[in-house]
Amino acid sequence: MLRYVLRRVLVSIPLLVGISLITFGVINMAPGGPIGISSDLNPKATAEYRERLKAYYGLDQPLYVQYGRWLGRMAVLDFGDSFSPDGRKVWDKIRERIPVTLSINVLSMAMIFLIAVPLGIYSAVRKGSLFDRITTVTVFTGFAVPTFWLALLLMILFGVHLGWLPISGLVSLEHDSLSLAGRIGDRARHLVLPIFLAAFGGLAGISRYMRSNMLEVIRQDYIATARAKGLPEGTVVFRHAMRNALLPVITILGLSVPDLLGGSVIFETIFSIPGMGQLFYQGVMSRDYPLIMGILTIAAFLTLLGNILADVGYALADPRISTGRTG
Amino acid sequence: MSANSIFKDSIRRLSRNPLAVAGGAVILLFFVLALFPSVFSSHDPNRIDILKILTPPSESHPLGTDDLGRDVLARMVFGARISLSVGFVAESIAIGIGLLIGLLAGYYGGRVDSALMRFVDIMLCFPTFFLILAVIAFIGPSIWNIMFIIGVTGWMGVARLVRAETLSLKERDFVAAARAQGAGDARIIFRHVLPNTLAPILVAATLGVAGAILVESGLSFLGIGVQPPTPSWGNILTAGKDNIEFAWWLSVYPGLAIFLTVLGYNLLGEGIRDAVDPRLKGR
Repeated sequence: MLRYVLRRVLVSIPLLVGISLITFGVINMAPGGPIGISSDLNPKATAEYRERLKAYYGLDQPLYVQYGRWLGRMAVLDFGDSFSPDGRKVWDKIRERIPVTLSINVLSMAMIFLIAVPLGIYSAVRKGSLFDRITTVTVFTGFAVPTFWLALLLMILFGVHLGWLPISGLVSLEHDSLSLAGRIGDRARHLVLPIFLAAFGGLAGISRYMRSNMLEVIRQDYIATARAKGLPEGTVVFRHAMRNALLPVITILGLSVPDLLGGSVIFETIFSIPGMGQLFYQGVMSRDYPLIMGILTIAAFLTLLGNILADVGYALADPRISTGRTG
Repeated sequence: MSANSIFKDSIRRLSRNPLAVAGGAVILLFFVLALFPSVFSSHDPNRIDILKILTPPSESHPLGTDDLGRDVLARMVFGARISLSVGFVAESIAIGIGLLIGLLAGYYGGRVDSALMRFVDIMLCFPTFFLILAVIAFIGPSIWNIMFIIGVTGWMGVARLVRAETLSLKERDFVAAARAQGAGDARIIFRHVLPNTLAPILVAATLGVAGAILVESGLSFLGIGVQPPTPSWGNILTAGKDNIEFAWWLSVYPGLAIFLTVLGYNLLGEGIRDAVDPRLKGR
């Protein structure tokens, strides 16, 4: 197993190099390189910023030297100073935002898993039933709903119309004066809509995926065998079928990291949640290039990590993978 | 059976699928709106009227007015143009790149294949939305830039699909026969392999347009896509968010248009999938 993990990590190194090349390419995409960004597009690129960027990227050096130096800085998480008035280190700004985004994403992943998996199983077991047809239609409709529109509708319904849930921020103004239970409740109320919305896309996709996996597995010979030897239906479904149908879902959850991160830009902006997505959005709006490149690099790295974890999770669940035996 | 009758067969199956027909009809309706906007709204989408700021739907303004007193219906009808064409052009770019890379990787195999597929893997490591936003921050938001960026960040699925198809197609007898007759690589790729990948590509393209429209509207909603005063469904929703406590119509209608268009493309895409390959039905 350890050897498998090691091999999987080693295989990722060329990908990491590729990621860095593309990121470096994006920086140099602007006409004239990172400091040639035309000033009408970017009023913030004053002479002072240009000098700072010039020093940061070593623009008087040849391109491969620039890349090498830039890579060296990336390796120690030195993304330079932010363009914003506070001029803080980019890594410091990102670091304090990661926990918020990560915890919302982990919670929404848990929600996806807890709701979508049973939904998919039940739909598959009762294929063609009213329940199955309703979920199928709902899921299909769900694919077409723009998340940010759903967010607005839910804000209008629960926030403005009914007044049940707050529509912005992580905590209320009076948060600090509340009791411990009150604080937890306050935070939970603020998180209901964001977590649901972050999970929304995955809910539709994964329940659908789980359903088709289940349908696939149920047709296998060993399920017929299990039924033939008289095992109760519950045992057949949960012990024989579900375990096998779940395997690919583990991978999909790992692979959904980029979508969740991408979604965080939208819902963190809508709900004014101080996470990485909102920071990225602010960076893009104010053309804070060091910040943008820092977050892009970290997001790609997290995605790669998600891929590795997905593979390792799959290997843990299915020993045939890590020992190299198939079938 | 000739190719023509297979095609007719698929069209017949498609026309018997009520959901696909409904999806197609919705898209057609929006295209008609986009082509003849002035038929559907007599208002000027950019006429600011400070006396009519945020008025609810009424007879003269069926979908209300926005925060500058502009008619929402007029802006949505003109916005249909933008949203539909961005979706179409962006997906065409994605299909073009995906086809080229998929065909090359699948046909030549070996090092070409592994190099190109590693490139696909690398591109897939970037959360697409982050990559798009980062590039826009550098080259600036404009309709053309948006189309270009959505296209160049959205071709990886098509490339994998085409590669897989090509891998199996190039082993078929008709390819061997073409090669025996002395056909060159280019002729085999474009005359024999490519036409046989078109059915799955058509499905991917239809679903892809839906995805591109969702991305564009998301970008415009965030203010990083189509820039006001040019109307797009996404940027009308921005005003909806800013006035969420007073003007529900600004949030509801443009989103409904996006939802229906995307749903229409999805239904049509699924319908085409079932029609060209009935084996996949119900999966």
